[in-house]
Amino acid sequence: MTTFVELLVNGVSVGAVYALIALGFVVIFKATEVVNFTHASLLLAGGYLIARLHPVVGFWAAVSAGVAGAAVVGALVEFLVIRRGRVGSHGVLAIVTIGVDILLTTELTRQIGTDVLAMGDPWRDQVVRLGPVTIAETRLVALGVAAALIVAFLLAFKFTGWGVAMRATAEDAETAALMGVRLGRVSLSAWAVAGGLAAVAALFLCVFPTPGLDRSTAAAAMKAFPAAILGGLDSTTGALAGGLIVGVTETMMSGYQGQLAFLGRGIGDAAPYLVMIAILLFRPAGLFGTKEPARV
Amino acid sequence: MAGEAGLEIRDLSVRYGPVRALREVGLTVPRGAVVAVLGANGAGKTTLLRAVSGTLRFHRGGVASGSVFFGGSPLPASPAAVVARGVIQVPEGRRVFGRMTVAENLRAGALGVRDRAAAAGARERVLTLFPVLAERAHQRAGLLSGGEQQMLSIGRALMGCPSMLLLDEPTLGLAPMMAARIAATIGEINAQGTSVLLVEQNAATALALASHAYVLEVGEVALSGPAAELAASDEVRRRYLGVGTPETDRPVGIGSGRTLPRWTA
Repeated sequence: MTTFVELLVNGVSVGAVYALIALGFVVIFKATEVVNFTHASLLLAGGYLIARLHPVVGFWAAVSAGVAGAAVVGALVEFLVIRRGRVGSHGVLAIVTIGVDILLTTELTRQIGTDVLAMGDPWRDQVVRLGPVTIAETRLVALGVAAALIVAFLLAFKFTGWGVAMRATAEDAETAALMGVRLGRVSLSAWAVAGGLAAVAALFLCVFPTPGLDRSTAAAAMKAFPAAILGGLDSTTGALAGGLIVGVTETMMSGYQGQLAFLGRGIGDAAPYLVMIAILLFRPAGLFGTKEPARV
Repeated sequence: MAGEAGLEIRDLSVRYGPVRALREVGLTVPRGAVVAVLGANGAGKTTLLRAVSGTLRFHRGGVASGSVFFGGSPLPASPAAVVARGVIQVPEGRRVFGRMTVAENLRAGALGVRDRAAAAGARERVLTLFPVLAERAHQRAGLLSGGEQQMLSIGRALMGCPSMLLLDEPTLGLAPMMAARIAATIGEINAQGTSVLLVEQNAATALALASHAYVLEVGEVALSGPAAELAASDEVRRRYLGVGTPETDRPVGIGSGRTLPRWTA
């Protein structure tokens, strides 16, 4: 039972971090209809900035710089690549983002080399004990921060002019343009927000119990893809649900690996994709997705 | 002759790739007037509005030649800049944001307005014109009836404080009562000082509202003149008002000579 509670809390915490990544993914898809495969490298860029800057400027300033930096990288990808790409279909643009991702990731892994970079966070490996249950402080902070960011984001999405412009564009870009919405700005801000959220996620993916930022972090970020897809690519609610489902499943499968030995080792890593496939078999548009996400 | 610094379209030609949709169309909407554009499906009416509002690129089209002036200076080709100049289009088929509430739809209409007091005033005006929108403020727009959606669509455009409204088939698909109501409201909006360019297939409604009218045929202006004159002309009556002698209403037979050459819609 103790193990179960610990795993559940850790799972929800990891899930909330995945939800941050998935949310950015969904926001970009809603605003521009582009499936953004660059997301993992945006995350890596944010994490890299935090890791490199914290010895120089301190942890909090480094986090701010990382978030801002990833937002700028996201905005640049939109401005220099997506906006210029006068190609017919969004499918082609998705392939273009794969190319951009490969470029960015290659450069960043070259910079990182074989190092494991610490994030310099103040929580280190401290744990909180609640009776028999032991939980890492980082997990609780991750949960709190991710929840706060998600709530703030959803409130902004619902109530601010930016949110209204975003949703109007997602529903009908041409009509939104007729209302005076500047589609370029909507798209730029979507990429920037997604980059910023990814940087925060990077921080929490690389703190305890993970040793730090290394070249495999981008692969960890890829688990947010099944989260976004199983939730429904065009649904913010779906991103949250998907993140939590993937986080909890992965943590549980890893935690109970002993009992699941017949499935082989490392089932935890495969779990997100298995869940995604299982869900898509029954709900092809994802849990909360619109039946036909592509607009006509 | 160009009206008091209203909308002026000069020799406008538009292409969608290899397809020519408009050829050297000229049209003037004097300030404060209602001008109607009539024509069958595919005559280029919607294309004309797209060229004004800068949304041709959403349909892979572009202006091949000619120009659009508003208030004496050229209208830019970006939709947001056109809205900022006070020219706002109500798209065909209403196109309300169905997943957003009525209040959010109206808010979306005011996104181009910087001045908060002006936005509040516009909201007041819209809710006075269409009280039903206040009643349904928190309903999803997708759940409204067709007529209510058309009201929302017009109301949403009015939220942008337009000095010129472009209306694309506002009575299409509405019950006759509702169509009459929408037409009356358009007259009211115009009486409050907004110029209107009205594209319609329902020629009777359009000619009753407009002072001037143009008839588009296959991308060219076939006829134009004061609305009353057009309404009285035999050709318009026969083709667009559905009144005529039984002979001319019959389908064109072989060897029937010159009758309704392109009436194929």
